[in-house]
Order: sequence, then structure tokens, then C-alpha cells
Amino acid sequence: MVNRVVVGAHYGVGSWLAQRITAVIMAVYSVILLVMFMSGRPISYGVWRDLFAQGWMRVATLLFAVSLGWHAWVGVRDIIMDYARPDGLRLALQVITILVIAAYLGWTVQILWR
Amino acid sequence: MSSAAAKKPRPKYLSLFALLFEIRLPAPAWVSGLHRISGALLFFPFVAWLLYLLDTSLASEQGFAHVHDHYLKLPLAKIGLLIFIWAYAHHFCAGIRFLLLDLNKGIALPQARMTSYMVFAASLLLTAFFGWRLW
Repeated sequence: MVNRVVVGAHYGVGSWLAQRITAVIMAVYSVILLVMFMSGRPISYGVWRDLFAQGWMRVATLLFAVSLGWHAWVGVRDIIMDYARPDGLRLALQVITILVIAAYLGWTVQILWR
Repeated sequence: MSSAAAKKPRPKYLSLFALLFEIRLPAPAWVSGLHRISGALLFFPFVAWLLYLLDTSLASEQGFAHVHDHYLKLPLAKIGLLIFIWAYAHHFCAGIRFLLLDLNKGIALPQARMTSYMVFAASLLLTAFFGWRLW
């Protein structure tokens, strides 16, 4: 692992594992949320607001968002490395991806802890 | 030299047209390709769109009513929601298949093909079900 190149590939076992773990976290959250929606009554504003007012729901949603950001970083980086060959373009797209993920996370925190 | 004309040029770069219309990709390749496409779509624009919807619907009762009673009743929004549901369902089902493949489950070709068709069927059924629930 010495010859690492900043725009290189083929040493992503950590990323690979992180993508799988975050996938499982998001899958569990998705199924729980889905079951709550399917079994519940029609959703009114009160029900919706109270759901996201609970501490555990805020934390669970934040964990989902962080998992999504991490998972998407690995996935989008894979796509960029496959199709964007010039180093400058690759770097620019990776920076944009990071900024988008950071913006998503900031927005999520803002929504959850208003 | 006589076989020069018969020799295929290598490497062969496949155009999108060739991938779609000239060669028949096996089912696992479609699962993989659509997993990538659905993942890219979920990252952008769908995360941004869902955050907008969550933001608006949680901000105030008027915001919730706007999203619930007007915005999501628009045909374009419903089509967007349907595409989102398919992308999520496919990414979810194909992702579980990949997790199982990582654990060396379903590696043999017949099983790999069968689970590919199961992913297509499951994601389309989920899309149909939730689409019907939403309409």
C-alpha cells in the first residue's frame, strides 16, 4: 500500500466494507419506517411532526443520513473513477460530490433540529 | 496475413447503442447496470427532492398541506415519486443480492440468473404496489 495515487484506485477494501455496513443500516431504517407507515393511520401534520419530534427518530434519521452520505461517497466515487478519466475532471467531480454530501448532511441536521 | 480481415480489433469499445441494441446483456449485467443508474439517480436528484419535501412538510401545517394535498397530487410529482420508488426498490433488492454474492451465496450461473430475475420481479412488484397505494 505504498504506491497510492491521489486519483488512483484498487485499494478500497475499507471503502468496500463501509459501503456494505452503511447499506445494512439504511436497509434496517427503511424497513422500520415502511412498516410504521403501512401499519399506521393516515398521516396528518400532527402525526408527522410528532414522529420527527422524538429524539430516537431524529438520531435514527441522522444515522441514516450519515450512512447515506458515506455509502453514496463510495458509490459515486466508483462511478467517477470508471467514466471520468482526466485527473482534473475526476478531482473536480469528486470535490463537487463531497460538497453535495456535506450540503445534504447540513440540510438534514437543520430540518431535524429546527 | 490471410486472416487479418477476420481478426477482430481488440480492445473493443462498446457504444451505448451497441450495449442497448446490438448485443444481449445477460440478466445479471442488467441488474448491475441498473443498480448503478438507480444509485446515481437516488444521490441526485432524489435526495435533494426528498429533503425539500421533508423540510417543507415539517416546517408548518401549511407546508404539510401544500406537499400532501397539492404538490404530490401533481402528475409530474407522481411520476417523479414512481421513478424514485422504482430506483429505491431496485437498488434495495439488487443490493441485497450483492451482499449475498459477497457472502458467496448464489455464485453459480443458474442461481445468479435466477436471483437477477427475482430482483427485477421484486422491484417492479414493489413499484406497482406502492404506486397503487399512492395513486
